[in-house]
Amino acid sequence: MAVDLPENVVISKLDELANWCRKNSLWPMPFATACCGIELMATGASRHDLARFGAEVFRFSPRQCDLMIVAGRVVMKMLPVLQRIWQQMHEPKWCISMGACASTGGVFDTYSVVQGIDRFIPVDMYVPGCPPRPEQLIQAIMDLQDRIQLEGTIRGEEFQLQGRNATKRALVELPILGQAPTWGPRFAEPSSNPK
Amino acid sequence: MPTNPAVIAALEQQFPNAAKSEYRGDTRIVIARESAPAAMRWLKDLQEFDLLIDITCVDYLNYREEKPDRFGLVYLLANTQNNDRLQVRVFLGEVDPRIPSVVPLWEGANWFEREVYDMFGIVFEGHPDLRRILMPEESTAYPLRKDYPLQGRGERHNFPVLTRAKS
Repeated sequence: MAVDLPENVVISKLDELANWCRKNSLWPMPFATACCGIELMATGASRHDLARFGAEVFRFSPRQCDLMIVAGRVVMKMLPVLQRIWQQMHEPKWCISMGACASTGGVFDTYSVVQGIDRFIPVDMYVPGCPPRPEQLIQAIMDLQDRIQLEGTIRGEEFQLQGRNATKRALVELPILGQAPTWGPRFAEPSSNPK
Repeated sequence: MPTNPAVIAALEQQFPNAAKSEYRGDTRIVIARESAPAAMRWLKDLQEFDLLIDITCVDYLNYREEKPDRFGLVYLLANTQNNDRLQVRVFLGEVDPRIPSVVPLWEGANWFEREVYDMFGIVFEGHPDLRRILMPEESTAYPLRKDYPLQGRGERHNFPVLTRAKS
């Protein structure tokens, strides 16, 4: 059946339209705790100009953000805060783990530093480096845009996939001095947002 | 810069059990725990060491040299009138280490003593508000003690895991 369309009308799929909107308006939540935060600021500043990717609007309220950039080490007192902020962000939401410390704990293999935030919150992109250059962060944002365009759906069904929910690394810490950890859970599970 | 010899001479006369040593131009005095409160008051009031720069602590567990006791509490004092500096060291035992607080002498000792309490478990008697300052309040360990494992006892991975389905 032939349909006469005017020249200024484009036909697309609703999923693709949503993806196109989402990927070009990633508003970052700057969770900057260390020197990676300086590179994050440089990325947003005029020389590297994150505005070219529609992601320049850093918002300091999680309720206005859909991309969390964890830049820097997260200590055990900070992790409940990180989890709460992640829960306060509206869906669809993504997370970039920026730098060695956020991804693995980096050189801070001590009692207080969380050895990689992906043990406790979902992470979509990892940026290596100590700290990464702004180009690397921009590359991660571009890769995330590609991923959103490729696999996104308007209802966020891609987040329900089994692989997305799998924890990426073993949560069992290596035994310390031949001993298993002896402490029980100290922090109650944060309550989820009211539906 | 070594401390004014007159101050040291007066201190040794006043507190005969004080042991003086010098290292790279800094004067260090080791004072017994019993005479420490009187000595601190004497240094503050009569020798005018009016600035407490820092209080810190060293755990000498398994140290290569023999030390009088396990914990070496370090007070760094300064005299702002003539720039005199003095390091006072007090050794405390392993079991229930306690010492009177110096907050009545130097108000700035408040947070220093809280930090030493937090990291080493040394109790400062008479401190107005001896709580943990850096570690979470519910923690029970003293992380800078040498018998505490470097990677902790599981504190850093003892959290609920948020997945996409949960958040």
